[in-house]
Amino acid sequence: MIALGIEGTAHTLGVGIVTEEKVLANIFDMFKTEKGGIHPKEAAEHHAKLIKSLLKKALEEAEVSIEDIDVIAFSQGPGLGPCLRVVATAARALAIKYNKPIVGVNHCIAHVEVVKLVSDVKDPVGLYVSGGNTQVIALEGGRYRVFGETLDIGIGNALDMFAREVGLGFPGGPKIERLAKKGRKYIELPYAVKGMDLSFSGLLTEAVRKFKSGKYKIEDIAYSFQETAFAALVEVTERALAHTGKDEVVLVGGVAANNRLREMLSAMAEDRGARFYVPPYDLCRDNGAMIAYTGLLMYKAGIKFELKDTIVKQKFRTDEVEVTWT
Amino acid sequence: MELIKQGAEAKIYLARFEELYFPFNDEKVIVKYRLPKRYRIKEIDEKLRKERTVREARLLHRAKEFGVNVPHIYEVDLKDMKIVMEFIEGERLKELLEKVPMEERLELCREIGRQLGRLHNAGIIHGDLTTSNMILREGKIYFIDFGLGEFDDTLETQGVDLHLLKRAMESTHYKWFEKGFEAVLEGYAEVRGKEKEKELREKIDEIESRGRYVKERKWMKG
Ligand SMILES: Nc1ncnc2c1ncn2[C@@H]1O[C@H](COP(=O)(O)OP(=O)(O)OP(=O)(O)O)[C@@H](O)[C@H]1O
Ligand SMILES: Nc1ncnc2c1ncn2[C@@H]1O[C@H](COP(=O)(O)OP(=O)(O)OP(=O)(O)O)[C@@H](O)[C@H]1O
Repeated sequence: MIALGIEGTAHTLGVGIVTEEKVLANIFDMFKTEKGGIHPKEAAEHHAKLIKSLLKKALEEAEVSIEDIDVIAFSQGPGLGPCLRVVATAARALAIKYNKPIVGVNHCIAHVEVVKLVSDVKDPVGLYVSGGNTQVIALEGGRYRVFGETLDIGIGNALDMFAREVGLGFPGGPKIERLAKKGRKYIELPYAVKGMDLSFSGLLTEAVRKFKSGKYKIEDIAYSFQETAFAALVEVTERALAHTGKDEVVLVGGVAANNRLREMLSAMAEDRGARFYVPPYDLCRDNGAMIAYTGLLMYKAGIKFELKDTIVKQKFRTDEVEVTWT
Repeated sequence: MELIKQGAEAKIYLARFEELYFPFNDEKVIVKYRLPKRYRIKEIDEKLRKERTVREARLLHRAKEFGVNVPHIYEVDLKDMKIVMEFIEGERLKELLEKVPMEERLELCREIGRQLGRLHNAGIIHGDLTTSNMILREGKIYFIDFGLGEFDDTLETQGVDLHLLKRAMESTHYKWFEKGFEAVLEGYAEVRGKEKEKELREKIDEIESRGRYVKERKWMKG
């Protein structure tokens, strides 16, 4: 079976084509801004302009024609309204024109599900960390439950906002990682765990204040920022592991690129006797292949969408979806 | 010492008083030991373990002062990050509530409400209210596990505390949880007054209507 998936919840537009076993194509284009920040309208225009050429490229790279596709999947939410609508419209148009079934996919779930396409991981706890999202999720009682999530901003946005405030440019994550490697001295910053959840705004404010005071080296602040924020992420992930009794951990989302975060999660997993896995980066970041693969699993499990079900869901919750396909 | 539970952050041992301190006392005690974590740097690790050990001990201490039944603390050791406390040997409400007749059940629920009312009056949020964390001993209901507790006296956090208890009861005691939770609120009102109870009922409704931020977490602990 072959599925085509369109991702476009935020700034990245992606088209992926997959089978049960393999990624045939996974094409991206990211709407770039100089300074970062969130631009729903501009990003949506970007997606609308590029969708056709990305579809074409993906089909060429996969060496299939649109007639060979068994199901069209699209990212239904959560995300930015204007972007979601462009993607849903494109998916509907394809489905109608070529008379193909269509399924709407939850973006957060797709990030974790796609790991099964490239590894033998079966039932993991997922730490999903990107610009806008930060969640710890795992399958429990037929749904992906949220064991912890950010109450304010995503960890990626926190890194990006800090970088912007201190003049490092966008995206901030990789730049902070580089600086942090040279940091030696830990500067105390507010720890981000709030009950079961996370919160990064206090940490961000304090880190900026420390920088502006002129008393600290930027390398030390970057180091302390990462250590503090990532320790909180790992702690919440460990709790989810302990409570569910699962023994696999996966790291997904754009921030999964960070080596220090990988190292910390891997140490935690090892100490608990759990396996740790990070997919290749093109399957970690926002991408079409994850949407295609999740859509394929859903479709194979008999999930059918009428056109009226394809309405976009800006606030699509992870635990809204009944997972009947595993 | 016998390991009875290994949670995410602590190991819990059951021991005898005489093993740890002086002889001729075979009372049982609980030793809660917060483990170091290799994944985080030493500065953060020590700070967190210390803060949490101190906070848990303070919460238990303050709760007791306000007449809430909680384990007595024997020792707080900030070198090993451990708390030694009284072992509450009794029956967990999770199982007990399912066994007794309705009338007795509802009286127990009212008593949960009274205990919780006192706890909130003390400016304490439990953070993890489930009937697994309540033990009946000699006719008294004890609250244990203050690991997620906080000093906080805002309506919001008290509402969340009650909401989480409601959710926990709904999943563990689904056959009668509605009546049961009503009884909890009755007991709560006896201690904190009708006015407060009304405010909290409204708060719980509001929390539930937020949807996305309704935390349905308690199923995790079973
Ligand atoms: N090495 C790194 N360390 C830390 N953060 C990184 C690193 N590389 C990238 N990032 C962060 O990842 C984020 C981008 O993630 P992603 O590509 O998933 O896009 P997104 O639009 O934020 O996704 P979503 O819609 O899922 O929230 C940015 O915030 C960026 O700073
Ligand atoms: N004082 C006590 N008396 C009786 N039993 C206790 C006591 N403290 C703990 N226990 C038992 O040990 C179990 C685990 O204890 P506790 O809930 O404090 O640890 P935990 O859940 O690992 O902590 P945390 O929620 O902070 O991670 C309890 O469910 C209970 O059965």
